[in-house]
Amino acid sequence: MRNLIAVPVIILVIILQSAVISRITLLSGYADLALVMLAAWALQDGVESAWHWAVATGLFFGFVSGIPWIVPVISYLAVVALANLLQSRVWQAPLLAMFSVTFLGTIFSGLLSLVVLRFLGAPLVIGDTLGLLVLPGVLLNMLIAIPVYAVMRDLARWTYPSPEVE
Amino acid sequence: MALALGGYFSSASGVFTGSLVNVQFWFSSRFVALQEFFTAPRDTITLRQRNAELEAEVSELQAQVIQLQQQVGQTAILAALLDFAQANPENRFRAAAVIGRDPSPFLQYVIINRGSNDGILRGMPVVTDQGLVGRVDAVIADAARVQLIADTASSVNVRLQNADTEASLVGSVTGDISLELIPPDVLVEPGDLVLTSGLGGGYPPDLIVGQVVNVRSRDFDLFQQATVQPVVDFNRLQVVLVIVNFKPVDITPLIPAP
Repeated sequence: MRNLIAVPVIILVIILQSAVISRITLLSGYADLALVMLAAWALQDGVESAWHWAVATGLFFGFVSGIPWIVPVISYLAVVALANLLQSRVWQAPLLAMFSVTFLGTIFSGLLSLVVLRFLGAPLVIGDTLGLLVLPGVLLNMLIAIPVYAVMRDLARWTYPSPEVE
Repeated sequence: MALALGGYFSSASGVFTGSLVNVQFWFSSRFVALQEFFTAPRDTITLRQRNAELEAEVSELQAQVIQLQQQVGQTAILAALLDFAQANPENRFRAAAVIGRDPSPFLQYVIINRGSNDGILRGMPVVTDQGLVGRVDAVIADAARVQLIADTASSVNVRLQNADTEASLVGSVTGDISLELIPPDVLVEPGDLVLTSGLGGGYPPDLIVGQVVNVRSRDFDLFQQATVQPVVDFNRLQVVLVIVNFKPVDITPLIPAP
C-alpha cells in the first residue's frame, strides 16, 4: 500500500521537470530531477521499491518526452543498480554515495541518449552534445542533489518508519 | 490719560506689556510641550496602525499591478495572434498555450494544452504571429507535443526570398538553426528572408522562418551553408497557433529504398 506514494511523487517530479526545470538551462543542458530523485530514493535505508520506481518513472518520462522510452527506463534502472552497489560500499557517507550516483548516472544517461538518438538518425555532434548538454546537466544535477536527498530522506522515513526499540 | 495717549508713558508701558508677553509665552510654550507629551504617543500608535494599513494596501495594489501587467502581456500576444489569423484567412487556427518543454535536453519539443479533443492531429504545422514554430509530433486527448524547427531531427524545406533558391533548414543541439544544401552558384547575403517552400508537403508554403545571419561558402564544398536567425524566440513561447486545416502529405512511400 505504501508503494502507492510513488504515483503522486513521480507525476509531480515529471511535471516539475517539464514545466520548470527544463526552462532553467545552463548552456543548453538542464537538470534531470527524476534521475536525482531516483538516486536519492534508492540510497535510503529500508527502501525496497526503488526498482519499481525506476521502471515507472522511465515509462512516464518516455510518455511525456519525445525520446524513446527505452532510454529513460534503462538509464533509471542503471541509476538504481549503481545506488544499490554503492550503498553497500560507502554506507557511512550517504552524501558521497549520492554525489557519485548522480555524477555517474547522469553521464551514463547522457551517453545512452546520444547513442540511441544517433542510431535513430539524429545528427548529434558528439563534442557539442557532451560539452553543451551532458556536462552542464551533470553540474546542475550535482547542485540539486543535496536538497533532493534531504526531501527523499524525509519521505523515506515517513513511508518506511524504522521499528521502535523496546 | 492724555499723557499716556500722547506717548509720554511709552517706555513704562513697554516694560509692563513686554513682561506680560514673556510670561504668556512661557505658559504657552510649556502648555504646548505638555500637550504634545500627552497626545504624541496616541498619535504614534495611530500612525503606526495607519502605516501598516497603507503598507498592506500597497502590497495588494502591487500584486494587482503584476497581475494586470501579465494580463496586458497576454492580451498583446493574443491580439497579435488574432491579427495574424485575420491576415491569413485561408488557414484555420487553433490557439494553444505552451505548458512545458521536453523533459530531455536532447530534444527541442514543447508541450501545448490542446489535443485531439480540439481537432489537433499529428503533423499539423504550428506558428506564431511572427513565423513558423514547428509541427505536431504526438497527440493525446488534451495535449500535444510539438517538434520545434530547432530540433536536431527536424528538417524543413525552405526557399530564400531574395536569392530565389531552395534549401534545407536543420536544427542543432544548441537550438540554433542553419541552412544546408544551398547551391554553390547562388548568391546568398546576410539579411535574406527564409520562407517555407511547401515542398515535401510537411508545411504550407510562404511561412516566415527567419533571416540569414552569415554564409559559409568554401571552394571545396559541394553546397553552401548559412546560419539563420529564427523570427520566433523558442525560449519565450507562450501561445501558439496550430493550423488545423492543413493536411500534411506523407511522401515516405514515394522515396525509393536504398
